[in-house]
Amino acid sequence: MTMRTLLATTVALTFAGQALAQDFNDPAEFKKQREQLSMTPQGPEGQPWAQHLGDGMVDTAKYKKDGQVTLCFSNAGVFNPWRVVGLNNLNAEAELHKDRLQQLIVVDAEGKDDKQISDIEALVSGGKCDALIVSPNTTAALTPAVEAACAKLPVIVFDRGVNTSCPVTYIHPVGGYGFGITSGEFIASKLKKGDNVLALRIMPGVDVLETRYSAAKNIFDEAGINVVGSEFTGSDRAKTKSVVEDYINRGEKIDAVWMDAGDTATAALEAFEDAGLPYPVISGEDQQDFLRKWQSEKLTAIGPSYPTYQWRTAVIAALDVLDGKQVPGPEWVLPQPAITEDVLAKYIDERMPPLHYSLCGCQELPGYPERWGGK
Amino acid sequence: MMTVPQTSASLRRPARIAINAGLVIFIALYAAIGFLQPNYLEPGLFMNFLRRAAPLVILACGQLYVILTGGFDLSMGAVATLVVLAASILINGDPDTTWAVIGALYVMGVSIGLVNGFVVAFLKVPSIITTLGTMLLVNGLALAWSGGAARGDLPDNFRNLGRLVWRDVSVIGTLPLAAVVLAGFVALAWFGLNGTVYGKRALAVGDNPRAAELAGTPVAATRILAFVVSAVSAVTAGILLGGFSGVSVNAGEGLELQAIAACVIGGAQLLGGRGSVWSAVFGALSLFALFTLLNLLGLPQALRDSIQGVILIAAVGASMWRTRRRN
Repeated sequence: MTMRTLLATTVALTFAGQALAQDFNDPAEFKKQREQLSMTPQGPEGQPWAQHLGDGMVDTAKYKKDGQVTLCFSNAGVFNPWRVVGLNNLNAEAELHKDRLQQLIVVDAEGKDDKQISDIEALVSGGKCDALIVSPNTTAALTPAVEAACAKLPVIVFDRGVNTSCPVTYIHPVGGYGFGITSGEFIASKLKKGDNVLALRIMPGVDVLETRYSAAKNIFDEAGINVVGSEFTGSDRAKTKSVVEDYINRGEKIDAVWMDAGDTATAALEAFEDAGLPYPVISGEDQQDFLRKWQSEKLTAIGPSYPTYQWRTAVIAALDVLDGKQVPGPEWVLPQPAITEDVLAKYIDERMPPLHYSLCGCQELPGYPERWGGK
Repeated sequence: MMTVPQTSASLRRPARIAINAGLVIFIALYAAIGFLQPNYLEPGLFMNFLRRAAPLVILACGQLYVILTGGFDLSMGAVATLVVLAASILINGDPDTTWAVIGALYVMGVSIGLVNGFVVAFLKVPSIITTLGTMLLVNGLALAWSGGAARGDLPDNFRNLGRLVWRDVSVIGTLPLAAVVLAGFVALAWFGLNGTVYGKRALAVGDNPRAAELAGTPVAATRILAFVVSAVSAVTAGILLGGFSGVSVNAGEGLELQAIAACVIGGAQLLGGRGSVWSAVFGALSLFALFTLLNLLGLPQALRDSIQGVILIAAVGASMWRTRRRN
């Protein structure tokens, strides 16, 4: 009996594992995001936060509200530098609209689902909010709370999604596959068949990160590039550097380093420096420390992004909805640019802290650079 | 002081055996590394090995002081983490403040050591509980201060302590600054135990605190000083760790247990009374050689951890068995 239960569980888990694995490797989504990467965005030139990909628009005339309005924002938390930059973007964008915006109420869920659920309930029942912006902590857990809010007021969701179509629009950049495609294709174009790439990842099981890896892995497999290892670093510099050094000391030739997030890219590069080896081809992200290193050491590199300017878009969308203007929807897909050699210099700002995300679209916003920790 | 020569004569023999145990394991493991990857026998990679092992060796030397007096110091990993975070937040990329901040870090370390020592010596709380408490306290402080994420920046003159390598040095080829720091710290630790009366007192306190007290040994002072040395070693290791890889919120994670394991592998006796600086040094080098060997074998991280566990138990078991047979 126990044996049979065990066997059944094992079989069930195996299939569950496969089902999960397939979630992160969806050929249709891969194809869609690859197309979106090469689309020409619509909207104002040079303002990617106000642009969108695709043609879908939603009518919002029924939400029109005159006079001064109050926006409410339920934030999943500010638990990493990306979210710190993002929240600064959102506050600064709100400052631009002082004439229309009476108040912006921001509630921080500190990374907890249950706190965010009660935050949303409190905001909705408080009656002060004219529109609600939500950056969900996790997708499934926040869905019912968002659905309940939709019944009372217009809701705008961004970054991570929810499993319901009730929000007026869901704002997000192209996505994880897009990130993996940009970085994977760059590395594949610089390497020969049979060359080695080391993949450094933050942690397993997070969809936006898993899709980045699965997309890049598909491209490497297709190009005949050998993934010598895929290691988790927990976004920790010390761990990253020792992992890379371990691979170097094993005597393996590493031609490229692929990363699913760039915050420890400089630590990975240091391991090559310390071993007296030439720098590998590398994909990082849009953080200042990586961009500076790239420029000073003339690296062969690319900085794909998951742009923080989407935090600006959330405010723009909410105000457009209250103006009764049409907004891109039901998904507002933002362009997801990558930093390449030819535009590198434009994104380097020596005043900014090392982990500042350069594609913040915040250079023209009030309070730059001090608000973002710059000098 | 008349008794000193006599005690040292009776202690010399086990200390010499301890050297051999740690050294033999280290040579065996390093030979295996050299067999798998011959370039590890070149001076360059050996120096690099020393550089990476330096924080663990230094921690083991500090831990040894506490182990000799019959205690444990579980707080050293947390102190090392705090050092890395505090340095990055206080210096924040300004190279002019580096040396002042390093001074402040040592003051901080000494105070943590004093707290540990006073609680153990005067409140009579077992050291494993005391330092577990300080570990949680220090970890919590570090987390609260940094907000749980790496902040700030470490300038090059701080990073150099763990990173700088002089190339084209005669005979050995390359010389990492961390190896020099390591040699200096080991020499001081050795002098503290062998060149002063402290070493004999520590062994006496660890062996039998009651007897030591009756014989007139300042038991409380001996214990407190051991915790201070241990905390100072944690600060030193933290500076090297921060230098090696920059800001990290878990730089010192798990190092306290590795340091204890290193001492025991090298032949120091848990709960005190036996051991030398060489037990700590060669124990730590053996442990680090083991990590390197498992990495060269290309095992996945998870399996490496398990094998480490098994080998640790085996090594400590063997050393216990050796000690018992000798007695």
